[in-house]
Amino acid sequence: MQCAVLEIRDLTYRIGERSILREVSLEAREGETVVLLGRSGCGKTTLLKCVNGLLPPASGEIRFQGRTLSEWDPISLRRRIGYVIQDAGLFPHWTVAANIGLVPKLEKWEPGAIAARVDLLLDTVGLPPAQFARRHPHELSGGQKQRVGIARALAAEPPLLLLDEPFAALDPITRYELQRQFVSLLRATASGSGKAALFVTHDVREALLLATRIVLLKDGMIDVMASPGEFLSARTEEARAFLSGLDTPQHESAPGF
Amino acid sequence: MNPRLASEIVSLTLEHLWLVLIAIGVAALIAIPAAVALTRRAAIRRWMLGLANILQTVPSLALFGFLLPLPFIGGIGRHTAIIALCLYALLPILRNTLVGVLGVDPAVRESAVAMGMTGNQILWQVELPLAVPAILAGLRIATVTTIGTATVAAAIGAGGLGVFIFRGIATVDTATILAGAVPAAIMALAADEGLEWIEKRLSPA
Ligand SMILES: Nc1ncnc2c1ncn2[C@@H]1O[C@H](COP(=O)(O)OP(=O)(O)O)[C@@H](O)[C@H]1O
Ligand SMILES: [Mg+2]
Repeated sequence: MQCAVLEIRDLTYRIGERSILREVSLEAREGETVVLLGRSGCGKTTLLKCVNGLLPPASGEIRFQGRTLSEWDPISLRRRIGYVIQDAGLFPHWTVAANIGLVPKLEKWEPGAIAARVDLLLDTVGLPPAQFARRHPHELSGGQKQRVGIARALAAEPPLLLLDEPFAALDPITRYELQRQFVSLLRATASGSGKAALFVTHDVREALLLATRIVLLKDGMIDVMASPGEFLSARTEEARAFLSGLDTPQHESAPGF
Repeated sequence: MNPRLASEIVSLTLEHLWLVLIAIGVAALIAIPAAVALTRRAAIRRWMLGLANILQTVPSLALFGFLLPLPFIGGIGRHTAIIALCLYALLPILRNTLVGVLGVDPAVRESAVAMGMTGNQILWQVELPLAVPAILAGLRIATVTTIGTATVAAAIGAGGLGVFIFRGIATVDTATILAGAVPAAIMALAADEGLEWIEKRLSPA
């Protein structure tokens, strides 16, 4: 039995009187890609921030590698969680290489080891190091920034990856290409690696393509939790609203998708 | 131009430059760390900025006058002038450092936290580097104003180019006034251009 990298029990998050997340429970086991699907504003980013310790839940429990967040030092917790932030959030004054090497540097890796890791990751995300390592974020396109954001999250080989709509702002062709690359990346590192991913999207096609499990969020509550196959026949109103998008041909999706 | 006047211009210019450099240096050493501390304390920030603002509005001649009778820091001479100039230079440096650090894109700061940087690492590696252009702009504004204000320092015996200006006023001699005013203006322009050049060179992106 694979063990849970991340376990969330009855998580509630409030701003004032308003519950943004209500009694959310889910887990991500080794090798799994759990996709959080939901409309914008349903609480997806909030959930990731709670997992990362950026937002304090009102109640409930989050366990990472078996320990509750309160048992973790927030700094070392965050360095063990790779976070791809919505809109990348790169440091504008650092080169691509420095951005990617951030967590390894914080963790005091040897400079040589960091450089080798950065080159490997740049190749992995399809940015030739010779061309891109020394650039600054403002010299990159949106898609290239997202690739750097993904490489940065992967840098210190974290056991848990949080990805917040990493492909949402991209043109359909680039998005399709990155989704494909991401699938093979996940497959390559999936089983036995002790790693899991929590992937946020509002795109049901993306969810079906990437997920080992889909969690549909509605107004901060779990509406459906199912495998991609089961999700296709989910009967809730919200699930059908998302699935109805599949019937109509989407001009957004790439050819052959 | 007679050689005595020329050599007096050179020595008073150097004296002036010295007054300004010490005042700006001390002001920067106080204002930058103070501003950084204030970025962490929203409650007293308003207070301190208000205080610095009030200081700035005191007419310079009056401030020199107020400092004169004070024990230890007052009295005729260079140190009183340096203290007064320093007080004036505090505000622009303080305010610009605050604006620079607080103006860092919240998304960038949050991403630094999310990556597991400590508060100190965020300050030194993210906030201060991104605030450098704003801090330099503050230093530039402070330097240019101080070069002008320092001419008043001659009134309390601190020397500098103001010596010519006061002497020229007393003898109603335009040429002597110009001997003080022109080098001061050139110094201000040079400081403005030079610091702006550095600012541009150091700006990220
Ligand atoms: N700082 C905030 N203050 C008030 N409301 C907020 C704040 N941040 C998020 N919210 C609210 O919380 C809800 C969930 O936001 P978020 O998690 O960002 O949604 P998603 O990522 O699914 O689009 C939204 O309705 C949003 O309006
Ligand atoms: Mg979001």
